[in-house]
Amino acid sequence: MSLSMAGALNRGLADALEADDRVLVFGEDVGPLGGVFRVTDGLTARFGERRVFDTPLAESGIVGTAIGMAMNGLRPVVEMQFDAFAYPAFEQITSHLAKLRNRTRGKVELPVVVRIPYGGGIGGVEHHCDSSEMYYTHTPGLRVVTPGTPEDAYHLLRASIDSPDPVIFLEPKRLYWGKSEVDFDAGVPMDRAVVRRAGSDVTLIAYGPMVPVALETADAAREEGWDVEVVDLRTLSPFDDETVAASVRKTGRAVVVHEASGFCGYGAEVAARLTERCFHHLHAPILRVTGYDIPYPPPKLEEHHLPNTDRVLDAIARLQWDDQVDGVVGVA
Amino acid sequence: MTTVTSTGRGLLPTAEPLALLTAAGEPVAAPALPMPGDEVLLDLHRRMVLGRRFDAQATALTKQGRLAVYPSSRGQEACEVGAVLALEDRDWLFPTYRDSVALVTRGVDPIETLTLLQGGWHLGYDPYEYRVAPQCTPLATNTLHAVGLAHAARYQGEDSVALVLLGDGATSEGDTHEALNFAGVWQAPVVFLVQNNGYAISVPMSKQNAAPSLAHKGIGYGVRSELIDGNDPAAVYATVRDAVQAAREGGGPTLIEARTYRIEAHTNADDANRYRDPAEVAYWLSRDPLDRLEAYLRSRGLLDDARRDAVLAEAEAFAAKVRDGMNADVEPDPAELFEHVYAQPTPALREQAAQLAEELR
Repeated sequence: MSLSMAGALNRGLADALEADDRVLVFGEDVGPLGGVFRVTDGLTARFGERRVFDTPLAESGIVGTAIGMAMNGLRPVVEMQFDAFAYPAFEQITSHLAKLRNRTRGKVELPVVVRIPYGGGIGGVEHHCDSSEMYYTHTPGLRVVTPGTPEDAYHLLRASIDSPDPVIFLEPKRLYWGKSEVDFDAGVPMDRAVVRRAGSDVTLIAYGPMVPVALETADAAREEGWDVEVVDLRTLSPFDDETVAASVRKTGRAVVVHEASGFCGYGAEVAARLTERCFHHLHAPILRVTGYDIPYPPPKLEEHHLPNTDRVLDAIARLQWDDQVDGVVGVA
Repeated sequence: MTTVTSTGRGLLPTAEPLALLTAAGEPVAAPALPMPGDEVLLDLHRRMVLGRRFDAQATALTKQGRLAVYPSSRGQEACEVGAVLALEDRDWLFPTYRDSVALVTRGVDPIETLTLLQGGWHLGYDPYEYRVAPQCTPLATNTLHAVGLAHAARYQGEDSVALVLLGDGATSEGDTHEALNFAGVWQAPVVFLVQNNGYAISVPMSKQNAAPSLAHKGIGYGVRSELIDGNDPAAVYATVRDAVQAAREGGGPTLIEARTYRIEAHTNADDANRYRDPAEVAYWLSRDPLDRLEAYLRSRGLLDDARRDAVLAEAEAFAAKVRDGMNADVEPDPAELFEHVYAQPTPALREQAAQLAEELR
């Protein structure tokens, strides 16, 4: 059936709540309102206030109590209303959620999912558009997942709720409303990237909000004579070295695309890993197309900040297609 | 509506700390709570003696390099022991790094208790075996875990209660306030025991708090609050017992401030002479919780020299067991570093584990 990502997530939560009494959904405004993005729409009516409920407005409190509930056998799925609003919970996430399994030598398992709408492109004002993935991917003990399609959103959310490890589930806000077909029986594993579109000349590596941009770029690049492969990472931590490296070994060129600032961004890790693993297959340096190293801009300026098809095409053009080209290749 | 305790009070704590025994060990006139039974009082005494000896032994082990660090709770035994004995086996304890005496009182193996401070691993015991959460080093974060766990207990139809320990400094942290608020809104079966020992490392109460008491902080969250003499083991036991019972019966959370004193420095690495007057320590030594209980038990004819000597001998044997256990060189296995990061090691962690194994070959 055709569903928006918000609809697919809603269905994923409902199916998880239906399947397991230990699953609870809570956060700010997730009850009768259904969340500011309506991802939890109708869940309180269907499952009752005991299972799906509004909490006091306190993100550390939401994650901290979820940890205690998970210690006592429940599987909380909590919502942080916006990316930057999750920062008050940072200590609970990094010092406890990520570490308790390790501290207790595996005795305490915390199957908690922290859902965070993230990223820009929706005209949001300050603190509503951060790409905060690196804060979480840099923390051992967390799984970090971000879907790029409604179908992946459904399956990855179900898999995250079933995961014995804590999962930071990053939902690209700008993709909430676009619809596409969702096959509820499709096999979508966690921890595996997917080749979203096959190609032979260059690999575009994208995730979450940048997956459609990468796919559009691949279409546009065909007119330039480049056959572009698009890899959608889906799970940012752990990283699927196997799938990504296989693609880059095949194409010999790679561009990583993300909204977050480039400096110490996720693309730096991807480029480093691929260089370490695929150096002798590379015909050009791995380039990054990212947001600038600036605080997220105001709505009227965000289009200048966010990577777009033109910027990705420019990067592809700089991948030393001509053997005569030499010297430093700039970073987009 | 918040249920009142058996003392009949509402949200407001008393102006003066509740006590059952005076500093000299005499029963107070018109006590607010009934005196615990003789068996409980004798158990409190025995556990406090054991706890104090354990604490001294742990401090000695830091001098021998067997422990990386030890935060002493000497002088706080009434809280450490009284609060824990007020729990049932099915209840949960959420301790901080200063609560090792509470752990051994709960029955946690003393060697397992000290694993964290020894540096062998971040935790030595199985939290589910003792219903004791990992000792919390960041301040106040455990208050939220306790509220969540207590809420989950009730969700699953259990009548267990969570007791969370925190210090005066931790009441300034945001998590304490979020936890009190969540506990109040959810009416969670949780008891907050603040051991106000006067100092957050070096910072005194006067720079920590402007409220009439730390217990007053419960009012704003609709949480019933008590202010008690934290060096009165009978009062600590009776108050926590009462709060736990209220929580178990659906009466919601309680915040208890216990006024006590940290006789030693913050840890063995700290120098308390830089920030407090020895006369102040001397005053608190004269209010010693163990002396107080012994005086009362002797006046009641419940304790004599023979019984006291027997308890002291048991404490020496306990200390010897701790010494022997800590003197045994148990080398942690480096391979374990990679085992418990995720349920299953990731491919990258397997590679790193192999790399370290190769280095160690």
